[in-house]
Amino acid sequence: CTAIHSAFPQLLAAEEFDDAANLLAGNPDATTISIDEPSENPKNQYGLLQDSRREEDDELLGTDDSDKTELLAGQKKSAPFWTFEYYQTFFDVDTYQVLDRIKGSVFPIPGKNFVRLYIRSNPDLYGPFWICATLVFAIAISGNLSNFFIHLGKPAYRYVPEFRKVSIAATAIYAYAWLVPLALWGFLMWRNSKVMNIVSYSFLEIVCVYGYSLFIYIPTAILWIIPQKAVRWILVMVALCLSGSVLVMTFWPAVRDDNRRIALATMVTVVLLHALLAIGCLAYFFDAPDLNVLIPTAAAQNGTIVATKTQ
Amino acid sequence: MAEAEESRAGGAAKPLFAGLSDVSISEDIPVEGEITVPVGSHSPDEDYSTLDEPVKDTIMRDLKAVGKKFVHVMYPKKSSALLRDWDLWGPLVLCVSLALMLQGGSADSKEDGGPQFAEVFVIIWFGAVVITLNSKLLGGTISFFQSLCVLGYCVLPLTVAMLVCRLVLLASSGTVSFIVRLVVVMAMFGWSTLASTAFLADSQPPNRKALVVYPIFLFYFIISWMILTFTPQ
Repeated sequence: CTAIHSAFPQLLAAEEFDDAANLLAGNPDATTISIDEPSENPKNQYGLLQDSRREEDDELLGTDDSDKTELLAGQKKSAPFWTFEYYQTFFDVDTYQVLDRIKGSVFPIPGKNFVRLYIRSNPDLYGPFWICATLVFAIAISGNLSNFFIHLGKPAYRYVPEFRKVSIAATAIYAYAWLVPLALWGFLMWRNSKVMNIVSYSFLEIVCVYGYSLFIYIPTAILWIIPQKAVRWILVMVALCLSGSVLVMTFWPAVRDDNRRIALATMVTVVLLHALLAIGCLAYFFDAPDLNVLIPTAAAQNGTIVATKTQ
Repeated sequence: MAEAEESRAGGAAKPLFAGLSDVSISEDIPVEGEITVPVGSHSPDEDYSTLDEPVKDTIMRDLKAVGKKFVHVMYPKKSSALLRDWDLWGPLVLCVSLALMLQGGSADSKEDGGPQFAEVFVIIWFGAVVITLNSKLLGGTISFFQSLCVLGYCVLPLTVAMLVCRLVLLASSGTVSFIVRLVVVMAMFGWSTLASTAFLADSQPPNRKALVVYPIFLFYFIISWMILTFTPQ
């Protein structure tokens, strides 16, 4: 196995998956799946079915060598989990890769799967962690600013920085970014044991998808400073459509083979939870922009009318 | 003859390295070198013992080191003083003074006020630790405490900004003072970020520099936000 590990940098750089497949096929110790004829190899670890669905899956998965990438997926993390190098494998991304993944989460390409196209067996924790951190502070700061502008003219208003809300925002967003992928991964594993699915994701890939899909909420939160209810709800809808479609296109291949109703229910739950996060943040951190501007002038007019009447 | 005796004695119980007694150094090969171990050390740092010096000297030496690093932060040039001789006294002093100066606003602690002392402390130290871990995980070659030292010392411009803000707020608290505070805080935020990037960016792999600089930017942005939104009672 050490030969393969040492050969990896060159292999990954040259993207010669054929050589990798041959190497791994030749090594009896490694986890292998046969890439020539799946029917010949009874130990089909990833459950590749030999029917016409494979071609359309390759299209949906966005790459021709999808099975070869799954081959490499099993070989990556080799250091034991108590060493620092193990965690370094989760940060093995360059700047352009992170930017590409962010771009892929904001502009969903119809028919392409985010995980296969961008993550490609290299899930990183940099994106999810720092996108969540930025989102926490974006929501807290934008909420504070929007409340300041809404209540600006009122005489009884005194500005408070509302620092408590930062910890509440952090708890909510990090819980969403880690617990929902955990639940979804557990659910998919459970369904996988009952129905042989073509596509199965690792826990880190799901965390990665969810983390990057939260990126769209950062500009949304900044634009929520605008104190117009209609504008805010339009922003929510747009953000939900973009990142929700990325999530749906990612997870639909994983539940498609299942019972129709369960597949639909899973997709609806994923989108619903995503929407709930957005709407919850909007409701809690951003005060409603009410029509306070009109009320003082109306009260002043009533006051003058009453005063003239009593005179 | 001697060899026969040798082999008979050796046949009974051959001790280890028995053949070495036969080894002799030829007179043709000169053997040189010292075999005495030098007792006293030659490095100048260990020539004096710090136990006998007056306390003032000890304290002044550390204060001078901290002050020298302050100067390096305010005029960031390529110097290794911050990196090589790291210490955490400066960051501690800066963090405590910043947290103390952020107190005293919105004393009604039941409502949502400004950050408490512990919150500022935790944000600065936990934020610095997270950024250091991030840069190490991305493959940086800087050591843990060196990075903490740099990040802590680069809070100095923001502490100066906090001082200026408090003085401005003593004078007035209208729109003009807000604009003055905004300009000062933004300038100091830029200075902090540039100073820490100048020290830390070299130790990162070249195609990941932006990934390391962004969390530093976020860290100082949050501290600047806390300074800017400070409202006295």
